[in-house]
Amino acid sequence: MMRVFLPQDAAALALGAEAVLRALRAEAARRGVALEVVRTGSRGAVWLEPLLEVETAAGRIGYGPVRAGDVAGLFEAGLPEGGAHPLRIGRPEEHPWFAGQTRLTFARCGVVDPASAEDYAAHGGFAGLRRALSMSGEAIVDAVKLSGLRGRGGAGFPTGIKWNTVRLAEAERRYVVCNADEGDSGTFADRMLMEGDPFSLIEGMAIAGVAVGAGKGYVYTRSEYPHAVRAMRTAIVAARRAGWLGENIQGSGRSFDMEVRVGAGAYICGEETSLLNSLEGKRGVVRAKPPLPAVEGLFGRPTVVNNVLSLAAVPWIMAHGAEAYAAFGTGRSLGTLAVQIAGNVRRGGLVELPFGLPLRAVIEEWGGGTATGQPFRAVQVGGPLGAYFPESLLDTPMDYEAFAQAGGLLGHGGVTVFDTGVNLSRQARFAFEFCAAESCGKCTPCRIGAVRGVEVIDRIAAGVDVARNFAVLDDLLEVMTDASLCAMGGLTPIPVGSALKHFPEDFDAARGMPQAAE
Amino acid sequence: MTPPPAAPSSSTATPHWDGALARGIIAEQASLEGAMLPILHALQEEFGCVPHEAVPLVADALNLSRAEVHGVVSFYHDFRARPPGRHVLKLCRAEACQAMGAEAVSAGLMRRLGVEWHGTTADGSLTLEPAFCLGLCACAPAALLDGEPLARLDEAVLENVVAEARRA
Repeated sequence: MMRVFLPQDAAALALGAEAVLRALRAEAARRGVALEVVRTGSRGAVWLEPLLEVETAAGRIGYGPVRAGDVAGLFEAGLPEGGAHPLRIGRPEEHPWFAGQTRLTFARCGVVDPASAEDYAAHGGFAGLRRALSMSGEAIVDAVKLSGLRGRGGAGFPTGIKWNTVRLAEAERRYVVCNADEGDSGTFADRMLMEGDPFSLIEGMAIAGVAVGAGKGYVYTRSEYPHAVRAMRTAIVAARRAGWLGENIQGSGRSFDMEVRVGAGAYICGEETSLLNSLEGKRGVVRAKPPLPAVEGLFGRPTVVNNVLSLAAVPWIMAHGAEAYAAFGTGRSLGTLAVQIAGNVRRGGLVELPFGLPLRAVIEEWGGGTATGQPFRAVQVGGPLGAYFPESLLDTPMDYEAFAQAGGLLGHGGVTVFDTGVNLSRQARFAFEFCAAESCGKCTPCRIGAVRGVEVIDRIAAGVDVARNFAVLDDLLEVMTDASLCAMGGLTPIPVGSALKHFPEDFDAARGMPQAAE
Repeated sequence: MTPPPAAPSSSTATPHWDGALARGIIAEQASLEGAMLPILHALQEEFGCVPHEAVPLVADALNLSRAEVHGVVSFYHDFRARPPGRHVLKLCRAEACQAMGAEAVSAGLMRRLGVEWHGTTADGSLTLEPAFCLGLCACAPAALLDGEPLARLDEAVLENVVAEARRA
């Protein structure tokens, strides 16, 4: 019997995991080898996907990236015993790309069977919820506060304080909503976790429910993530069957249940109040704050709205202690950050690291430089609303405060690398264009400002009245920053402004920008 | 970022429209909290679009005005006014894919197929839709073909997709 592990994470599927599976089955049958295949999530090394692992006496041995055409050769090299082969990486956890990480939230991702509550429990799962079930809501909230956990969706608000507001609000019904509307380009941590370790999110949401006295939770995710939707739904059914969701969880007398809801292609629904409107069945229009969702959220009830990674960090905190979590990180950014290395990079993927590592190390050491081999030119951190940084800012440490100080934002931890082929005036134009397409339309600076922004950049590119149009652009950025209702309009000036500041040569009309001036 | 084509006039009947079927789909979801999006997704799953004929039925089931339902349908990029071709290719146009040349790849495909965004090939085999991030940013450029992910797209991979789409 040969037992292998093969990811069915969307990235692994996109890179041919199903063809590898077919080849494995065919080759095993041809050789008369009994084969058991466990479909896991991804460990995050997208550059090694599909990463095939085989169970041996020496532990799981990895091979990657495997193509269907490699399978016969792998058998020839003694795959069942973990034999030598150019694609062999040894035990994944000892491979430098993994060994250098601090895997807390993603410890099980890529290791366990994401459809099995038993496998999750066997790998330390549900220990946090088990502990929480024996504690008062106040004690759970205190532990989360002490851990220093801050919202991983981008805003970085202290999670414990948010929970306490919901806990103390007067209401007969409360909700826990997981913001899994991961629309930022360059980010895929939520997707990877939902596909690879969905029970950790379920456990985190149940702990939140127990802490604040909420009986119902929703995961709001994206229609662009069909695999994550399926993995979450499967896991919820399994968790319910194992008594970790539903009435009277594990005989504790506490109840919590949850379901998955799917958005419909609106980027703005990643903004929490817009998300709540969408969940209620309305247009995803932003709400003015206050009232905060913690006071008046879903259907007007007090609601915890947290990002996937914030919620999924909680089981570890409850199981290992708040102080242990707070021992990682730096300054006011405690714990770990899921850094997603994306775009034009040789070794793309997700690495979980304590806060504070310089951006340069992420791009050069983990990322291995550009995929094309052309020189690095710019990096956008934090999604479409994040700043474009030049080479000179690569020593900025990956923490909330340091990024803010450098005029950027850490956001959800996405790092999108560009080589010298990029034109930053085109990227600035795209930022406006994206904002115009995705604006909910509620506030004028965002709705109108984004459209004007595209026009002004086109005029600058065409060399029309350049000095005056630069002045208009500055003015526009100021108005959008100061007067927009939410981050969509309020932060679009960040990519635009950073492109202008750090890459002024790209806005020089003499250099031309033919495509953008269409 | 071309907007999708305007909704057809209400006189254009949706192909394969079946009022009884639609009522059943709506009734199945109507008791959910916030039932609107689940209903619209279920309708699109069945009809390939959210048929304008369904709008008054949804309004009736959820005790809303037709204008409110239309407002929701038209807010979200996903909901189509007409059914797509036999296959749907959602090509990512966001930054991480741009960094790997997505723009040139999709422009080349559109030129070869003679379609724009949201357009369907003349033989009805393939509809091309833009997506803004599929979470496949470390293996860009990426796409979803009928919900199945594709990565590291180039002209050759897409030629294959088009050929497959024409066959089935």
